[in-house]
Amino acid sequence: MRYLANVTTLEYDVEKCTGCGRCVEVCPHGVFVMEEKRARITDRDRCMECGACSLNCEYGAISVDSGVGCAAAIITGMLTGGEPVCGCDGGGSSSSCC
Amino acid sequence: MPLAPANDEAAPARILGTVTADISRAERWEHFRCRMGGFRNSYIVEPGLYALGEPDANADVLVSANYKLSFDSLRRELSGLDAWILVLDTKGINVWCAAGKGTFGTEELIKRIVSSRLDSVVNHRRLMLPQLGAVGVKAAEVRRRTGFKVSFGPVRASDIPAYMNAGYRKTPGMGTVDFTMRDRLVLTPMELNPAMKRYYPWFAAGVLLLFGLQRDGILFSSAWNGALPFLLLGLIAVAAGALITPALLPYIPFRSFALKGLVAGYAAVLLATLIPVVSNSQDEILLRAVTFLFFPAASSYIALQFTGSTTYTGMSGVKKELRIGMPLYIGAAAISLLLLLVYKFNEWGVI
Ligand code: SF4
Ligand code: SF4
Repeated sequence: MRYLANVTTLEYDVEKCTGCGRCVEVCPHGVFVMEEKRARITDRDRCMECGACSLNCEYGAISVDSGVGCAAAIITGMLTGGEPVCGCDGGGSSSSCC
Repeated sequence: MPLAPANDEAAPARILGTVTADISRAERWEHFRCRMGGFRNSYIVEPGLYALGEPDANADVLVSANYKLSFDSLRRELSGLDAWILVLDTKGINVWCAAGKGTFGTEELIKRIVSSRLDSVVNHRRLMLPQLGAVGVKAAEVRRRTGFKVSFGPVRASDIPAYMNAGYRKTPGMGTVDFTMRDRLVLTPMELNPAMKRYYPWFAAGVLLLFGLQRDGILFSSAWNGALPFLLLGLIAVAAGALITPALLPYIPFRSFALKGLVAGYAAVLLATLIPVVSNSQDEILLRAVTFLFFPAASSYIALQFTGSTTYTGMSGVKKELRIGMPLYIGAAAISLLLLLVYKFNEWGVI
């Protein structure tokens, strides 16, 4: 399943990539693959902006404005003027948030 | 949980206890209650280092959250293996949510490595984290500050044995999240509950009041008779947004959740007008307009809330949907109210 097209804030600079493979290891949507010792983005629209890749790329090749893709959190954030905070207190299955 | 007494005091390391892969009957009952929302914040494991089976100094170290369901599913999947489990204090929240909040994070991991004196328990320097923990843990920093090299294992605990057998390499599928019909259905109670508790009572009270209001006071029989079709339609809109949309997610056209909810809402409302109670109200043009304006919009709004439970919606996309959707929802609600007022004034013979 894919979400909206062309909205992700994911940016990748191939010049800074050393080919360590960390982004491929951490992305839960297979956005990155290794190709000729460099990372390559396959399908940007699969990115859910979790931020795992940018946090773990030691070489600063990836940036993404990460946050929760959760309407309730974003509405609360808009109303309180703060960051969207996910309300997943306690529980939920391993695949759930908020 | 079958916990053996902690190691004697002479031991340098702090091992909280030994656990087995067997899930007891009492625990199974706890898991059931937990999934039904019985405990919420209190189903936790004490953070720290545990021995699963009889691990030695070469055994793997796996890192987990202190939400007991996460911890137990790890135990269960590791049946037959001897390993160390380092439990982080995630305030009883599962790995993914905790990583997003930063409690399953770099600092907490480093703190637990130090406080459990992990370096004296094992003679290697490898840690295995669930892949979804990567949202909160910066592997390079953990290595720099503790010497432990983090690898992110499979997304699902059930893939861990296969991952180990494959020489600590993820085979296709192990590294990606999916979102099956079952995953989605498990989550629907979390959508239905708040919708029914938070919105529906207000909606019902408003509708009853509106239909009950007469020129000379409130009349309960007319409140009930007039409101019934709308009360039914309200339930149908909630079901369309919180149940049908999540369940049939991939089969409903459009990528946008607002549009998916709108499609499901229209379809449901259209079907609902076949019910005699509802169809009787449809002779009135104003009520008909409200039926097809307000309820699909409500379903759309409720469907949009499901983005909080999915495994693939990003923040920018949801923001875009809200930016476009919110004014439309507010507009639909306002126009509906206006139409209803016109209908009432008409009924009272004011206009
Ligand atoms: S993590 Fe960074 S350096 Fe490593 S492969 Fe990915 S983009 Fe390249
Ligand atoms: S932000 Fe998350 S989903 Fe997007 S590319 Fe990075 S790891 Fe993948």
